[in-house]
Amino acid sequence: MFRFIVRRLLQLIPTLFGLSILLFIWLRRLPGGPETAILGERGTPEMRAAIRRNLGLDEPILIQYGRFVRRMIRLDLGTSISTKREVTTEFLQRFPGTVELTITAMVIAVGIGIPLGYLAARRRGRFLDHASVGGSLIGICIPVFFLAYILKAIFSENLGWFPSSGRQDPTIGATRITNFFVLDGLMTREWDAAADALMHLVLPALALASIPLAIIVRITRASVLEVLNEDFVRTAEAKGLTENVVRRRHVLRNAMLPVVTSIGLLTGGLLSGAVLTETVFAFSGIGAFLADSINQRDYPVLMGFIMIIAVVYVLVNLIVDLSYSLIDPRVRVR
Amino acid sequence: MTTIGGKKREKIDRLAELAARDEERGVSLWQDAFRRLRRNPAAIIGAVILTVFVLVALIGPFLVPYGPTDTMGIREGVIKPGVIPGSSSEHWFGYDHQGRDVFSRMIVGARQTLLVGVVATLIGLAVGVLIGGVAGAAAGLGGRWGRWVDSTLMRFIDMLLALPSLLLAVSIAALLGPSLTTVMIAVGMVSVPVFARLLRGSMIAQSNSDYVLAATSLGVRKSKIALAHVLPNSLAPVIVQATLTLATAIIEAAALSFLGLGNPDSATPEWGVMLADAQQYLGIRPELAIYPAVAIIITALGFTLLGESMREALDPKLRK
Repeated sequence: MFRFIVRRLLQLIPTLFGLSILLFIWLRRLPGGPETAILGERGTPEMRAAIRRNLGLDEPILIQYGRFVRRMIRLDLGTSISTKREVTTEFLQRFPGTVELTITAMVIAVGIGIPLGYLAARRRGRFLDHASVGGSLIGICIPVFFLAYILKAIFSENLGWFPSSGRQDPTIGATRITNFFVLDGLMTREWDAAADALMHLVLPALALASIPLAIIVRITRASVLEVLNEDFVRTAEAKGLTENVVRRRHVLRNAMLPVVTSIGLLTGGLLSGAVLTETVFAFSGIGAFLADSINQRDYPVLMGFIMIIAVVYVLVNLIVDLSYSLIDPRVRVR
Repeated sequence: MTTIGGKKREKIDRLAELAARDEERGVSLWQDAFRRLRRNPAAIIGAVILTVFVLVALIGPFLVPYGPTDTMGIREGVIKPGVIPGSSSEHWFGYDHQGRDVFSRMIVGARQTLLVGVVATLIGLAVGVLIGGVAGAAAGLGGRWGRWVDSTLMRFIDMLLALPSLLLAVSIAALLGPSLTTVMIAVGMVSVPVFARLLRGSMIAQSNSDYVLAATSLGVRKSKIALAHVLPNSLAPVIVQATLTLATAIIEAAALSFLGLGNPDSATPEWGVMLADAQQYLGIRPELAIYPAVAIIITALGFTLLGESMREALDPKLRK
């Protein structure tokens, strides 16, 4: 197991190396080049020349690349044009919000998706099966931001069940420790603050969960159907195991393999979706900030965030691969 | 006894007859798949939706009652701040914020939406099939050097996969500046790793089959085996994926428009742009968002239904 982890970590190096080259080229090729990325569109020619000299843009390209990589490793990602603060600071402040949101969305997607997919497979061809397959089709086809607007219009503006924007009601005056608002509330025993943060999470998380939920339902259903036809299930039934044991140990455990893989891939999709849902709900996570940065052409933020997100995404996939090998002994052998 | 035996014989004869007829006609994978596709109601619904969509895209622009860019509402003075008239007998879907006829824009927008989806998918397909095809051929047939080519190409694909799809599209769009071409390239590039990995996997699986062994032992050149035997047999999952990608491409193009990276020229109607534009008027006229959104959902549903049914029909496990 240890060697497997080390090998997977070593495999990350070429990916990250290539990614750094792509980002380096990307930054230099942006309209206006790196000096525009730092100055915005406002700089005078003299300022541009000064920045070019400061950044060492007149030096050989390899030295420039070396310096770029050193800054990346030190997490020195420059300053945001719009807020004038360090990109790393902006990221760290907003990341907990997005993590809370994606975890909530994933809990919804997995918590509903796996049981629903399983039931649909057991009742193949019946109403529940058709309803969940049809519902998941629509879930895939509906644009996330449109769904977010609909949820907001119905449950927040019309029914008033949930707040329509933000992460927490500022008038509560909650104590901040980790910037995970729900966690902070629980740690400081400010129950109302935790509950309020949770209420703010429900609608954006529901919108965000739509695509992973749909995909998890479909994959679970297909996977369970396939496993139910396997010889070992018939053998298990034939040797007189109770239905519960067959279900838990033989069907579910084997059917979960493709589902777990898809959960890892879907997490990255959640980061995409977070850009859209956070914007609709003015939820201050990295997604909404990224959307703002796109509008304001805040390139240091764009580049820094994309770099960090790529690393996070790659690490998440690594963790998923590792958990995959925990469930499936066959993967470990290879 | 004789009757039972006779029935049995009859049955066997009929089976033999059927088998012989099948052999005569030579049912190919595609024919068989098409036959099963026709029996699948989901496929029929998908095909009907897409036929209507393509027809509207092709001939709709010639039939619309008003010009899609004609700001007649402003000229007639019915558009005032905070007032956008809804549907009437002259304007079925009402006006948009610039006083243009929404019904006409929806019809003409079908063409642009289809164009964005198809071109983006073709870009992804072309690049993905090129990378995946070379990698798959190299890995399956190329020996040690081939494995090196394969792993280099796959590392590149891994890099594209290291970014969440929308962020990859955003990076590309930021690089190229907002335009219709940008949207197509950005959305297309997102699907490159999917096509590449799919084709590579499929080709490697095919490379282990007996017909490749037979061709190799007959002395057929490796490049010919790859192009004439392995590639055509590996394309089925890629074609299915292309159909499904058409759906996501249309949705992702809408998302890029929503983020302000879409076609800045909102005069040419496109459903994604119309949906993005309508956000600001949700309080006054939510229908402005609902029309294009429903059109996008139905179209995406059509592509998804057809793609999923094709996947089922082509699944060798389900073949008789």
